[in-house]
Amino acid sequence: MTVPVEETIEPQGLNGIRICDFTGQLAGAGATKILAAFGAEVIRVEDPTNKGKWDILRGIPPWVADARGLEAGGAFNNHNAGKLGITLNLRDDRAKELLRELVSISDAVTENFAAGVMDRLGFGYDELREIREDIVYVSNNGFGSTGPYSSFKSWGPIAQAVSGLTFTSGLPEQPPAGWGYSFMDHTGAYYMATAVLMALLHRRRTGEGQWVDLACIEAAGTLHGTATLDATVNGRAMRRSGMPNSNRSQSPRMAPHGIWATQGENQWIAIAVRDDSDWRLFAEVVNEPWSQEHRWQFAVDRLSAEDELEQLVAAWAAPQDRHALAQRLIDAGVPAAPVLRPGERIDSDERTSDLWITVDHSEVGPSRVEGLPVRLSETNWSLSRGAACLGEHNSYVFGQLLGLDEQEINELAEEGVI
Amino acid sequence: MTPKDSKAALTGYRVIELASERCALAGKLLADMGAEVIVVEPPGGCETRAWEPFADDVPGLENSLHWWHYNTSKKSVMVDIETEVGAQQFRSLLATADVVIEAEPLGRLDALGLDWNQLREDESQLIWTSISHHGRDGADPPATDLTLLAEGGPVWSCGYDDQQLPPVRGGGNQAFHTACHYAVPAILVALMWRETSSRGQLIDVSMLGAANATTEFATLWWLNAEQEVQRQTGRHAHVRPTEWTQIRCADGRWFNTGMPPRNKREFAALRTWIEELGLVEECSSYEILKLGDQYERIGVFELDADPLAGEVFQAGRDVIEFLAQRLPAYELFLGLQERGMACGIVYSPDEMIEDPHFVERGFPVDVFYEDRNSTYTHPGAPYRFQRTPWMATRAPHLGEHQVLIEDVSE
Repeated sequence: MTVPVEETIEPQGLNGIRICDFTGQLAGAGATKILAAFGAEVIRVEDPTNKGKWDILRGIPPWVADARGLEAGGAFNNHNAGKLGITLNLRDDRAKELLRELVSISDAVTENFAAGVMDRLGFGYDELREIREDIVYVSNNGFGSTGPYSSFKSWGPIAQAVSGLTFTSGLPEQPPAGWGYSFMDHTGAYYMATAVLMALLHRRRTGEGQWVDLACIEAAGTLHGTATLDATVNGRAMRRSGMPNSNRSQSPRMAPHGIWATQGENQWIAIAVRDDSDWRLFAEVVNEPWSQEHRWQFAVDRLSAEDELEQLVAAWAAPQDRHALAQRLIDAGVPAAPVLRPGERIDSDERTSDLWITVDHSEVGPSRVEGLPVRLSETNWSLSRGAACLGEHNSYVFGQLLGLDEQEINELAEEGVI
Repeated sequence: MTPKDSKAALTGYRVIELASERCALAGKLLADMGAEVIVVEPPGGCETRAWEPFADDVPGLENSLHWWHYNTSKKSVMVDIETEVGAQQFRSLLATADVVIEAEPLGRLDALGLDWNQLREDESQLIWTSISHHGRDGADPPATDLTLLAEGGPVWSCGYDDQQLPPVRGGGNQAFHTACHYAVPAILVALMWRETSSRGQLIDVSMLGAANATTEFATLWWLNAEQEVQRQTGRHAHVRPTEWTQIRCADGRWFNTGMPPRNKREFAALRTWIEELGLVEECSSYEILKLGDQYERIGVFELDADPLAGEVFQAGRDVIEFLAQRLPAYELFLGLQERGMACGIVYSPDEMIEDPHFVERGFPVDVFYEDRNSTYTHPGAPYRFQRTPWMATRAPHLGEHQVLIEDVSE
């Protein structure tokens, strides 16, 4: 029997940690991917009766290369790289018993179902604790497990809308631009990984397990602290004229600070003049009569005529090449960057080329996924396996870990238990 | 206090943070969970102390709300690491530390003899965390949150249907946040490993990499299909145009409609709501909505195969638009969610913190400022630990904990 534990030369920080994982989509699966990358054995549990389609990313585009179908979803493959996959039909008592056995040899249980689902399955925190007293249980949903909205549903864009992240991203006189992707699914996953690790660390030091109730919208609600305090301390609400304008900088105040069109279609440059010293450097690069005017030399004056200044910058930037211009500004010491398109940053930016790795998916073959933007000198992360196919590791988990023989496993499969 | 008696998850760990906008959140996340985080400030204080907005709009070292938010639960010492005495004080402090977090310009600490490379042998258990533009072995261009999000990918996906409008940087300094969101799990992994190995290590965090790893479908479409997503107003950037999901309500507020109604339960719930509101006569899509009873689920397959399914699906969207024209956003939010449909009101951050749900959950927390004899409401816990709760105390005054610095001058 193949042992699906990844062969790594270096030790990994979470070797020996086992996660019984019910997560899906990005908000949950993104968390346990981080744990898997650091060496935890993450065993993802899926429902065989609907072929794991509770995770809506299973079997939807973008497809991995020419493959199609339930095992070929590129997002699913990305978010579940490095994990094992098993199936359990928890409507069946035999499956529940297997899950109890799995929980008893796991360090943490993770899920991002709607609130109450685990209770209805008979695996709420109280039941989990009866199986293993020191279990770490982390639940992650939009509104959390208590409170008047605990039954409300959420996904990334809703978490962003309710938390304030959508409102604060946009230009004046326009609707909210919001985030053009599920920023809070990524970030909810970061908070979930953090929660699991903090709880595991506490357990390693004290022997004590616990439940962490993560509400993605509350995590999001911490990400605009300065603006929130401006309201709670100074009574200055964010909903006011000219606000928000998130291409400008409020804290600290900077001007000019924004994104301007450059030569070519849909080509943009971001420029941030942090202070008066940056302004002097910027004015030299611009080298036009207006940039030499004394009226712009102090931040207070640049801020009070920000609209006018931005128009001057716009006219100056418009005919220029965004890459060359950004480089001139950086060389002069002024923060600037072209707005990179996906292909440019993924295929041509050597500074981040380590991030894009190829994993091997047992059905669809090699595929590219995101790694982690960190390096640890002694226990680095590693991912080599793509997302598990439905039930791919049933024989390892039910056989090797839980002690069933091949015949028993086959019978359970035939009877739809696994 | 030993970890055994503790009510905080990270009790007993000492973290030294070199004050910087770039790593302040990493320190806060550890401090609010019980680590002793000592922020080392230069003479005159961290530059963020000078940033607007200020409490009561009065500038002052202790008044920056940026400082207040990012430095809760920390301690402050002032050390001039550019001097010999300061460097010695810093080294003594490091000798007591479990974790260091720094985001200094590359080469600065090395030039002072205070970098990981110079200290690692003496401090073999130390976990040293560097947050830099794109790694310690890279260059260090001048950069801000804006430029990182522009070249790191997020900006490309954010903006408007009108491609003539500039793409948008999402608010809140999320480039620095995202780097910290990777730094903290890495630190926790290193602490986990140290508990068994008794060895520290170096953690090298790339801010540019963190932004790149946080763009969802822009990256996924390119990695898998070499297709480029395009910006759309208030919804996911996509390789093909998609229907609106953001709509203005009767009170002028914006609203995210989430997933449109797709099954007979949802169509029926919408229909009954129209009836309850007495709007059957006015609602031109009401009749076709009734046909929704025929559909277990309208998905891509049904939309392709059955023209009527398309009409019913469209009626669901039309009815939500119809309701939005008549109801304030909050009522639409409660009404749809209570009927099982995912959607969201577009709150500003200060409105979210006052919403009754989050108030009942205790999300807004009161932090006492004894020097001002006042209590102010901060955003609270990002996660609710049952046994080791998140807790915040006010940010430290400059040098408030100077007593922690060993006197090395003698």
